[in-house]
Amino acid sequence: MAKSIQRTLSRKNWMAVTGLFLCFYLVIHLLGNLQLLLPDERAHIQFNWYAEVLSGNIIIRVVSWILFASIIGHIIYALIITLTNNHARNIRYQYDRRSAESKWYTRNMGVLGTVILIFLLIHLRDFWYIYKFGDLPVDEKGRKDLYVLVIKVYSDLWYVLLYVVCMIALFYHLLHGFFSAARTLGLYHPRYVRWVKMFGWVYSVVICAGFAFIPLYVHFVK
Amino acid sequence: MNIRLKIWRQEHEGDAGKMVDYSLNDISSDMSFLEMLDTLNEQLIQKNERTIEFDHDCREGICGQCGVMINGRPHGPLTNTTTCQLHMRTFKDNELIVIEPFRATAFPVKCDLKVDRSAFDRIIQAGGFISVNTGQAPEANDIPIGSPVAESAFDAAACIGCGACVAVCKNASAALFTSAKISHLVLLPQGKIEAAARVKNMVEQMDNEGFGHCSNTEACEVACPQAISVLHIARMNYEYNKLQVLKK
Repeated sequence: MAKSIQRTLSRKNWMAVTGLFLCFYLVIHLLGNLQLLLPDERAHIQFNWYAEVLSGNIIIRVVSWILFASIIGHIIYALIITLTNNHARNIRYQYDRRSAESKWYTRNMGVLGTVILIFLLIHLRDFWYIYKFGDLPVDEKGRKDLYVLVIKVYSDLWYVLLYVVCMIALFYHLLHGFFSAARTLGLYHPRYVRWVKMFGWVYSVVICAGFAFIPLYVHFVK
Repeated sequence: MNIRLKIWRQEHEGDAGKMVDYSLNDISSDMSFLEMLDTLNEQLIQKNERTIEFDHDCREGICGQCGVMINGRPHGPLTNTTTCQLHMRTFKDNELIVIEPFRATAFPVKCDLKVDRSAFDRIIQAGGFISVNTGQAPEANDIPIGSPVAESAFDAAACIGCGACVAVCKNASAALFTSAKISHLVLLPQGKIEAAARVKNMVEQMDNEGFGHCSNTEACEVACPQAISVLHIARMNYEYNKLQVLKK
């Protein structure tokens, strides 16, 4: 692995940049999904309108390509980085208590990331794929009825629980990832490091609580 | 006090090596950890057995020579303490103590608990020189340096290069060591002149030695005998990224 073309720091930069873009995307995604919490009638019309606007917009289409590239880039770099890291210590410790020196989620970003990836594949199969390529009924305004699909999928309690569990994995991934990205990009000023850490906490809680709340609300209230 | 020991024995580099059990009776709890190993070695000499090899020099916690994994943690259970500054009173009577060398591909085990840390020397060498006139010591106030800056640079320079950061890191990353050496010089006016080339060369050397990536778990700061701040890693990243953005 020595004498590789790309420096370790550059690889981490790609992880940070793609990760931060995905963080930004989560905000937009959550804001859009909050429409599901509106009263039934309004939510039905507005959510389907929102879905149609997004899929028809050229800017959104470009953003979606960047999004897919970011996800793939984030995964590929994670694999390259993990393989290099495994090579950096080829003999394990016989007796290992190093876990006392750091938090568990900072050491298990790969495991958390894999959980998120599996979730993502299920999520894309059930919504994105069906919206793009499946047969969806249309609502009274002639738009594809994504709202009905969402309500149907979230009526399954196991599915809702899967979402909540995966959002917990996402929470820990974001908790370390957001702050770690800032450090990788070179934020060294102690005051702003504290701010970013605090912001990362608030961000992770809000995003994951928000995403976990929506299926719970839809399941138990709607 | 009495103690039971499990110690990594390896005759030479490339040898398979294994854990060997020992026990020591009636040792003083005021002994340092290395004195305990000395006592064990005395007994091995009397039994005509090969002594356990380990690195040490000043035994005052400032040279960075000593360093082994003690009960699964570099330099043992106390934070910010070198192996030589660890005392037997930290352990309980009849406790089992497991001792292993620092593990990293870039730190090959030479013998028993001794590892080759010359990768660190080569990273320092890659840093090159700073532009100062030779000859007599210059007037101290020729280049004014504010006290906070001097203190920050000294905090980074306090790194003794023991390798605990690499040993504790799940990725065997040398980011804390390399960044401390980079920060130490980049903060001072004398070091700023060659800063760009130094950052580039030291980071390249760090990678060429086969150390892993930094995952920002911050375990290194906890294990570091000098409590070198992980913010130096952030500064190294900043200097490196600045270089990438500004390069022609």
